[in-house]
Order: sequence, then C-alpha cells, then structure tokens
Amino acid sequence: MHLASGVDPQLADLSNKLIYSAMVVYTIAMFAHMIEWTFGSKGAVAVRSQQQSGSLAETVAAVEAKAAKKVTVTVAGAGGSTTTLTRTAVAGEGATVVTSGRGAEEEDGPGAAGTSERADLAGRIAVSLTVLGALLHAGGIVTRGLSVSRWPWGNMYEFSCAFAFAMTAAYLGLLAARKNVRWLGLPVVLAGLLTLGIATTVLYTDSDQLVPALHSPWLAIHVSTAIFCGGAFYAAFIATLLYLGKDAFDKRIAAGLTTGPLGTSASIWRRLPAASTFDKLSYRINALVFPLWTFTIIAGAVWAEAAWGKYWEWDPKETWSFITWVAYACYLHARATAGWKGRKAAYLALAAFACWLFNYYGVNIFVTGKHSYAGI
Amino acid sequence: MSNTTTETELPPAPGDADAAAERLSTAPVESEGPVGIGTFGWARWMWRQLTSMRVALILLFLLSLAAIPGSLIPQYQNGQGQLKVEAWKAQHATVAPVYEKLQLFDVYSSVWFSAIYILLFVSLAGCIVPRTWQFVGVLRAQPPAAPRNLTRMPVYAAWRTEADAETVNAAAHRLLRRRRFRAHLSGGAVAAEKGYLREVGNLLFHLSLFALLGGFAWASLASGSAGKLMVEGEGFSNTITQLDDFNGTRFYGSENLDPFYLKLTNFTAKFQASGSQIGAARQFTANVEYSSGSDTSQLKKGTIEVNHPLEIGDSKVFLIGHGFAPLITVRNAKGEVVYKGATPFLPQDGNQTSTGVVKVSDYGDKDGQKTQLGFSGFFLPTAPVSFEGTGPISLFPDDAAPALVLNAYAGDLGTDSGLPQNIYQLNMRKMTQLVQDGQPAKARLAPGQTWELPDGYGTLTFDGYKRWASFDVSHRPGNEIALTGAVLAILGLIGSLFVQRRRIWVRAVALPGGGTQVELAGLARSESAKIAEELAELAVDLQDDAPAADDEEPAGDGPAEGPAEPAEPAEPEDSEVPADPTVPADQNAKE
Ligand code: HEM
Repeated sequence: MHLASGVDPQLADLSNKLIYSAMVVYTIAMFAHMIEWTFGSKGAVAVRSQQQSGSLAETVAAVEAKAAKKVTVTVAGAGGSTTTLTRTAVAGEGATVVTSGRGAEEEDGPGAAGTSERADLAGRIAVSLTVLGALLHAGGIVTRGLSVSRWPWGNMYEFSCAFAFAMTAAYLGLLAARKNVRWLGLPVVLAGLLTLGIATTVLYTDSDQLVPALHSPWLAIHVSTAIFCGGAFYAAFIATLLYLGKDAFDKRIAAGLTTGPLGTSASIWRRLPAASTFDKLSYRINALVFPLWTFTIIAGAVWAEAAWGKYWEWDPKETWSFITWVAYACYLHARATAGWKGRKAAYLALAAFACWLFNYYGVNIFVTGKHSYAGI
Repeated sequence: MSNTTTETELPPAPGDADAAAERLSTAPVESEGPVGIGTFGWARWMWRQLTSMRVALILLFLLSLAAIPGSLIPQYQNGQGQLKVEAWKAQHATVAPVYEKLQLFDVYSSVWFSAIYILLFVSLAGCIVPRTWQFVGVLRAQPPAAPRNLTRMPVYAAWRTEADAETVNAAAHRLLRRRRFRAHLSGGAVAAEKGYLREVGNLLFHLSLFALLGGFAWASLASGSAGKLMVEGEGFSNTITQLDDFNGTRFYGSENLDPFYLKLTNFTAKFQASGSQIGAARQFTANVEYSSGSDTSQLKKGTIEVNHPLEIGDSKVFLIGHGFAPLITVRNAKGEVVYKGATPFLPQDGNQTSTGVVKVSDYGDKDGQKTQLGFSGFFLPTAPVSFEGTGPISLFPDDAAPALVLNAYAGDLGTDSGLPQNIYQLNMRKMTQLVQDGQPAKARLAPGQTWELPDGYGTLTFDGYKRWASFDVSHRPGNEIALTGAVLAILGLIGSLFVQRRRIWVRAVALPGGGTQVELAGLARSESAKIAEELAELAVDLQDDAPAADDEEPAGDGPAEGPAEPAEPAEPEDSEVPADPTVPADQNAKE
C-alpha cells in the first residue's frame, strides 16, 4: 500500500494566518484611502495648476539658465485640443528635461488627495500599508507553496491568492516606477480584498498535494501566466470603468450639470486623470496582455496534449478561454475600426472582462469539465 | 472632449493628414454602398463588405457568442460525451429533440458554428491577401512625401535658424538614418518611416491563424485513437484485432495503425492517506516494455504516467485509467481447472469499488447437460469489516483490506451465439442464480480463500489480484502545424502590438526675409505618446546643425497651451510660425 502525504501542517497554518493578516492590513489601507478621498475633496483643484506650472517653470528656468537647447512639440489631442511637450537639453551636458503640459480638456486631475496635506498623508499611509499587506500576502503564498513543496497554485483558493497578489504587486510596481497611479490605490485594494474575501470563504481548500494531472512543469508556466493575465485584465477593467465614468462626467459638465454620473460628487471626478488617459491606459494594458493570454491558451493546449492526448477538446474551461480570447480580439479590432473607438470599444472591453470573470469563477464552480482541481 | 469621445489624435481637418495616415495601416477602407450596376456591382459590394473590418468585427463577436452553448450543454465530442449527452437527454426529454435538431450537442462541428468561422476565414483571406500585396508595394516605394501643411500633423515642432536649408535637410536625413528610419530626401524635405515590423507582425499573425486552422482540419481528417486495457504482465500488438476499440478517420483507418508492441510489466499508484482529501490520487506509474515495428525480440523499457505519454512511432500512448483484476480459479467437481485468469473489474467510484464478472464458458457438462457458470460481483481494495448499511463498498482506493464479493449463476451465458458480448456484464436471460443454504449463493472472499460452490458445482478460489491499466493509443498528425501556427501567431502579435509604425517629416525652407524655417512633424497610431518624445529628441539633436535663432516673436500670443505650460520669456514659440501656407508651396520649386 502506498501513501503520499508531505503536507507540513505548521507551514500551512502559518500561510493561512499570513493571508488573514494581509487582509486586515489591506482593510486598514482601504480606510486610509477613503480618508484620503474624503479629506482630499476639500482641497480646491484650481490651485494646483498654478502650483504645478510654477514648479515646472522653475525647472525649465533652472535649466535654461545654462544656455539650453529647447524644443516645444505641439501634440494634437482629442476633439481638436492641443497638448505640448517641451524638451530641453543643457548645452554640453547632454542632459534633457522633459516637461509636458496638457490642453485644458485633457488635463489629468491632481489625484485623490487634491491639495490637502492631511489627505496626502492619509494616502501615503495607505500606500505604506498596502506594501506591508503585500509583503504578508507574499509570505502567505510562499509558505503555502513550501508546506506542500510545489507551486502554490493548484486550486481556486490558491489561484485567487496569487491573482490578488499579482494585481497589488503590479500597482505597487507602477508606483515604484514613479508612475502617477496613486489614484488606483482604492480600487486596487478593494478588488484585492474582494478576491481574497471570496477565496478565504467560498473557495478555501486545505493545503494538500495535487492530483497527478497537475504534476507538470506546465502548471508553473500555464497557471502563472494565466494568473498574471487575470490581474492585468482586472486592472484594465478598472481603467475602462473609470474611463466610462470620467467620460460621462465630462459630458455632464459640458451639458451644464454639476454632478458626476449616478449622483457622484464632481470633486472626485475632477481629481481623477483625464478620460483619454484612462482610455489609453486600458488599451495599453489589454494590448500588452493579449499576446500573453494567447500564450497562456497555447501553453494550456500543449499541456492538455501531454495530459489527455488532445490539445483541444472544447472542455468548458478551454471554450471560455477561447471566448475570452476572441472577445479581446474583438476589442482590439474595434479600436482599429473606424467608428468603434471610445465608448463602444470600452463596452467590448467590459464584455471581454466579463467573459474572463465567468471563465474564472463561473466555469470552475458551476460547470463541470476536465479542469477540476484539488478541492474546487 | 468631443461627443464621439476619443475619435482621437488625428487633427480634425481631413486632407493631407488622412491621406498620409491611411497607409500607416493596411486596414481595408470602409466602402459606402454598392457601386456600378447589376449583379457584378452587388457581388463586388458584398465582397467588400465581407472583407471589411466592420464585418470581421461582427463575425468575431458572433464566433464568441456561438461558442457559449457548447460550454453549457454536454457535447458528444468531449470526454465521455456520449454518456453525458444521453443522461442529459433523459433528464430533459421535452427539449432534447429540439436541441438535437439545432445541433446543440455537437456545437463545434455544427452547420452554424462552421458557417461563422468559415465566413470569418474567407473574410480574413479576402482581407489579408490584398493587404500583403499592398504592403509589399509600400516596402518597395519610398516613404510618402511630406504633406504640404505639416502643421496639420498630430505632432509638430518648428523654429527659425540661421543655417541654410540644404544643410538642415541633409542633417535631418542623416539623423533619421542614424535612428534607423527609412529616410528619403527630396523636394526640399525629408520623409522617413520606421516600424514596418508592426505590419509584418500583423500580417504574420493573421496568416498563422490559417496554419492553426489547417492543423485543426488535418487533425480531424487524419487522426485516430484506440483503447486498450492490460493487466500487469499482459502485452498487445497495435492491430485492430488486439485493440479493445478503435476510432478512425478518413485518412487513418484500421489498416494504417502504427505497428508496435507494448507490454505492461507493472503499475503503481499512490494516494493521499490523510487529511480532508484522503483517497485523492497522487501518482500513477505504468512500467512498460515496448518495441516499435513488429519485431518483439528486442524490448525497450519505459514508463507512462499522467502527463507523460510514451511515444512509439507516430503514436502516443496515454495512461487514462487503472483498476484491479482479481485472480480467480474455478474447478469443477472432479477438481479440474475450468477457468483461471486475471479478470479486470471496473472502478465505480473514487475508492475503487469495482464491479466485474467471471464467465466460465468451458465448464463442460453437469448432470449430462452442457452447462456454463457465471459470477458477478465486487472487488473492494479496502473492504469494511461489515457491509451492514453500506452494501459492498471500498473505503480507500488502495489495497489495504482487499475482498472479493461474488454471486454465482448457472445456465447458458449466450457466448456461443456468435454475437459480440460485453465482457463486463452477464447476459442473465438464460442464467439462474445458484442457491446455497436456502439463500442466493453469495460469498465474500479474502485472497487465498476458496468457495465451495453449492450443488456440487466445484470450487472458486480467489488467488490474489493484479492491477490493470488502460491506455489510449492516439495518432494525431497536424499537431506540429498547429503549434507552429500558434508560435508564429504570438510572434506576430508581439510585433503587431508592441511595435509602433510612425512617420517623421522634416522640411527646412529658406524664408524670404533671410534665415531658414525648420519644421518637423510626426504621425503615429493614436495610442502612442512616444512619437512626441521621439520628435522632440530629434529636434534637439537637429539643433546642433540648426541652432534656433532667438530673435523673433514675442511670447504669449500663441493659443492657450493649458495651465501646465510654463509662463516663459521670449522663446522661439512654435505654434504661430507656419501659419502661412504659401511658404511650403514655394519650396518645391526651390530644390
Ligand atoms: C480570425 C479571426 C481574427 C482574429 C483573431 C484577429 C485578431 C486581430 C488582433 C488581435 C488584432 C490586433 C492587432 C493590432 O491592433 O494591431 C488584429 C488587427 C487587425 N485585423 Fe484581425 N483578426 C481576425 C480576423 C480579421 C479579419 C477577417 C480581418 C479583415 C477584414 C482582419 C483585419 C485586421 C486588420 C486590418 C488589423 C490591423 C488593424 C491595425 O492596423 O491596427 N482581421 N486582428
């Protein structure tokens, strides 16, 4: 009689505790972000532009003092607005400074904190907490893997933990790269908490070894890329929603109304980046992820060929991956087709993400196929 | 923001800009309505429609919609499809015939699903072939000449310099070349283009979809699969007579089977022994010996595991199931062996509660009458102490406490009728259950135990058990084609989505009042902000050869540049200079 065990219960227990701690810390981060948004709304938006142009002028002036080469490029924007980009090179030093300004309509908002220092502090605290939460979260994932000496993504609980982490890490990575994305903090923390919440309640499975079909290096390849794609699609989804919201807001303002869509406060929308920024962000993420998603599906097919003898069997999971793929291809096509840009393409992006979500939760829970994992 | 929202980036005025932009992508141009007369006009219009981006979009959307029902309704072609479809039909008797008519149990080979993807691929062919030609044309021609009015381009910069126009143009040409643009100097302006890989990638991606489809098609026409169950120690030759079942296709029939020999030497299984997932499978290994070709004298050793099929010739052998085969010996009243062998029992649940039958067709005569014996029952690798309340079930999939539970029958098995029989079922029509001590004859045996059959029928001995494993022998050509297509598709996508195709024009023109007007303009696809930076870098570099003359134009009267624009002192401000359209027009005469 052969028995397999190899679960380290202490590590498995530690993993659970770390995940719960991460959730607590994320929750506090979420409150901090909410405080940021609440206090931030009191700051006036108009003040900022003066401040910013002041600081820009200083930079440029400082550079110019040393006899600079300077070029200003006009960039035509949506609806005939223009944007400028100024590039200054200090003679003899080879250094260049790029400053860019925006036409009034395309201006990005100042971020959640507005001009309030208190709100800014709350935002900083929130980001620090998110970092702490992410560290605990990573610890939870690693100990889970160590407890069974395998990649920690063998069932939906583990996917969800890894997926929420991928999303948070991507956001923190962008922050670390000094991208102006702190406004993403609240949605990211919320989405992460939601995913972890579902994972720990509905999807929880004890740490354990895998059924033989999952013993494969493809587990690491196929599933980690799938998780990454999921996190990125999620981020693009948030950006798409914000695009639709901001676009609706812009239209309402143009129509003389004073509030955002669904009775939301105008001050929130004013502090967010421009609609076109959201639109580009969501397109870029989706376009970046699409080849990787293609790769994920192909890697899955190669694995299926090794495990089941056929690379494609129209198993529900395969089918929905295909549907998701075609939906995103639709979206990319729409962007390249006249008359389908903007909102229409955005709706397609939402539909594509809905397919992705259904593939993730719906198919695993409601539909039975060959993709059954240990536990759910 | 305009009402059509991000109808982005191209400046509002059509004309030059649009003409130049058009060829940045070889996307088909949308046509308005049928032109010409009669059928030909209409046919051409329909073809144009079919190959337009809009229709491609609609077809793609339909394709994803059409794929949905197949994921929710059981399909014939899935694993165990037949069984699941039958079960579903039994449950939904009213709608089942309608679904059958609509081919909803066979979505992915249905008429309507096929129609969508065939149309899509026709559209794709109609789109991709002209695009390829057009692109070849683009590659052979020079980058398109600078539009007259460069201010209309999405990115634009200009300044005045004392350097003379020819030097500036030559310098721009050199700089663009160094930046690996395809650059061309003529008519007093430099036209340059870069990022052709985008188009190459896009064409490659769409073309490789054909390879994928071809791989699929070839696989469905020329593949075959066969099943074989072997008890440890058994072997078989891959011929139609020795296989349990075989599914061929048009180009791979039973006469095309790869010749090979395969023997299962032993099989090991490991299961989870504790925790919430107790009994879950952890590892299965089939140790085999095989030879390709029909020569069985030289056997090679190999293993087959889940995820690790064995490749023999053009076939792959997959491990798909396993179970137990009790070793049973039946003797007649005189003590002669009338049946001896390992009999595979089929698992019914995750704990290997297995059912099976023993058919003793060569029993001989009893009481002067030709008689056959039949046994049916259970093999339980881990039997409970008592079946009270549970019936005969196994508690664990591995052999911790094996037991064999059998009922005995006598009569006519029907094996002599010549009709094929299911070897896992008894045909009970002419069989009667034996009676022992006033009860139906039934026994629970541990390995080594012997059962004295009633009415002097002899004995049945449970000698022990072996494991069996079942294999799928699959021959699937076209995998390489599909895989190559897939890999090329990814490469193509990467080129298509990550490379920016862009144009830059530089025009230096001598001004009537002395000095030279330098204009730079760029055009790229809407999603890129890089073109502005690239143009700025180029402009900064160009200022080495064409330093800006800082004498003119008071600052501040340009269009509002937005609040972030630094309030700056007198500077060569770009936006107002080239307002005079006549200047570039004159230019052509000069060079
Ligand atoms: C078989 C299904 C198809 C799939 C999965 C597919 C997928 C894609 C994808 C993902 C892109 C995005 C690449 C980019 O944005 O540059 C793209 C671009 C494009 N597709 Fe398709 N496509 C399909 C069929 C077609 C058909 C039938 C046509 C012709 C009518 C077509 C014409 C184009 C064109 C012209 C572009 C490039 C647009 C541009 O310049 O950006 N595609 N396709």
